[in-house]
Amino acid sequence: MSARGARLGLRTAALGYLFLLLAAPVGLIFFRTFEHGLGPAWEAVTTPEAQHAFYLTFVMIAIAVPLNTVFGVTCALMLVRSRMPGKALVNALIDMPFAVSPVVIGLALVLVYGNDGWFGGWLTERGIQVIFSVPGMILATIFVSLPFVVREVVPVLREIGTEQEQAASTLGASGWQTFRRVTLPSIRWGLTYGIVLATARALGEFGAISVVSGKLSGETETATLFVEQRFHQFDLTGAYAASMVLAVMALTTLLAMNFLNRRRTH
Amino acid sequence: MAYLSLIVLIPLAAVVDKSLEDGFDTFWAAVTNEQALAALKLSLVASGIVAAINAVTGTLIAWVLVRDDFRGKGVVNSLIDLPFALPTIVAGLTLLALYGPRGPVGIDVAYTKVAVILALLFVTLPFVVRAVQPVLMELDEEMEEAAASLGAGNLTIFRRVILPNLTPAILAGVALAFARSVGEFGSLVLITGNLPFDTEVASVFIFGQIESDRVIGAAAVSVVLLAVSLVVLLGISVASRRGARHER
Repeated sequence: MSARGARLGLRTAALGYLFLLLAAPVGLIFFRTFEHGLGPAWEAVTTPEAQHAFYLTFVMIAIAVPLNTVFGVTCALMLVRSRMPGKALVNALIDMPFAVSPVVIGLALVLVYGNDGWFGGWLTERGIQVIFSVPGMILATIFVSLPFVVREVVPVLREIGTEQEQAASTLGASGWQTFRRVTLPSIRWGLTYGIVLATARALGEFGAISVVSGKLSGETETATLFVEQRFHQFDLTGAYAASMVLAVMALTTLLAMNFLNRRRTH
Repeated sequence: MAYLSLIVLIPLAAVVDKSLEDGFDTFWAAVTNEQALAALKLSLVASGIVAAINAVTGTLIAWVLVRDDFRGKGVVNSLIDLPFALPTIVAGLTLLALYGPRGPVGIDVAYTKVAVILALLFVTLPFVVRAVQPVLMELDEEMEEAAASLGAGNLTIFRRVILPNLTPAILAGVALAFARSVGEFGSLVLITGNLPFDTEVASVFIFGQIESDRVIGAAAVSVVLLAVSLVVLLGISVASRRGARHER
């Protein structure tokens, strides 16, 4: 077989696989959504229930991502710049959310914050309900999107070293000033990339949230749970339409990732 | 640290604690319960198959993206990350739309073990590709040219020159894909039908146990999954440390 033939063969195999696994199914969702025209799809995603689901997803992101960003930068600084015991343990813990099944994450939160959980009694006495309500869902979202910012910022911090920071502090800059004027600008692309990844993960979370939410339609139902619920109600148009909105958000994320990747490598 | 323990450490500890609440015998009985065993076995076997397929297809796709040149390569390259960005429930629904009972191509794998593999292949697609791609980019083509000038054929060059250089990256990607597959839930709930003893994977089994209030059973199987992911994580970190030492 000629080299050219081999190359074409491999290309066809790779693209064929990607088409069958990725492009065709996702493309079909777009087609199915608008099969009966724009009207039914539009109606399906503008019912009060659907709107509330997307609103709740937005709330999850708005709370979990900023918290994880602050935590991520602090934690990355600590991991790279300070010498402290137990760094290996912290490192391993941060990666846990990548490796643990979302359902296990949900169960874990129920066992700690649920009514019969470790902190459940204390919380119930104070009238705070975490599980089967929004706070638990926020905890779940924080858990699953925790590692992204840390993992993107750590390598950048290693790369830039401490020379500039030391120069700034010899020139009399305070710790905060050094961070804001020297460190932050140099990590900004890595940081933004981490935030984009965390947002995508928070947007799509399903397993953990489905355990802790109790799935009360119009109350504790996020966009992904809404898709499942519509599907089980045999409302395929609704399920497809909501999926399509989520897919468009995913594609937007993809574009952002692409753009940031290019910026980062420059 | 407090944040990390409140959100990650304490909850995971609670799972282990719960699973052993009624002693080790209860834990063991819950794990070796027939339905639990079937679910665990399916998760591990399917993840193994998926990891193996990914080792081949992932390397192939990475090679095509790095060494080949065609129009639209940039688009294909960014599409690779789609499974990371797309919510898993949507991934399951899209696969069901195409390869389900009402699919337009007449292939219906819904509610079979093939569906489990298909969904897992979808969500793990990026791992091997993204692990191998940067290594392949760095790889010096002079080595291959030298081999070719010494009379080695394409296949020999691939097997003797390229593959040994890629192996660590392939293994790292495969390990990540395996870890992800073992715990996968969202993409599977719609397309597998969750039939006990047939298409029910471990995470779906755990979910069922939680729903029917058998918390200890859920916790026990969770501990097994936690142990598997810990082993894989440790393996990756040991392997990457060893790799880093070799480079020096």
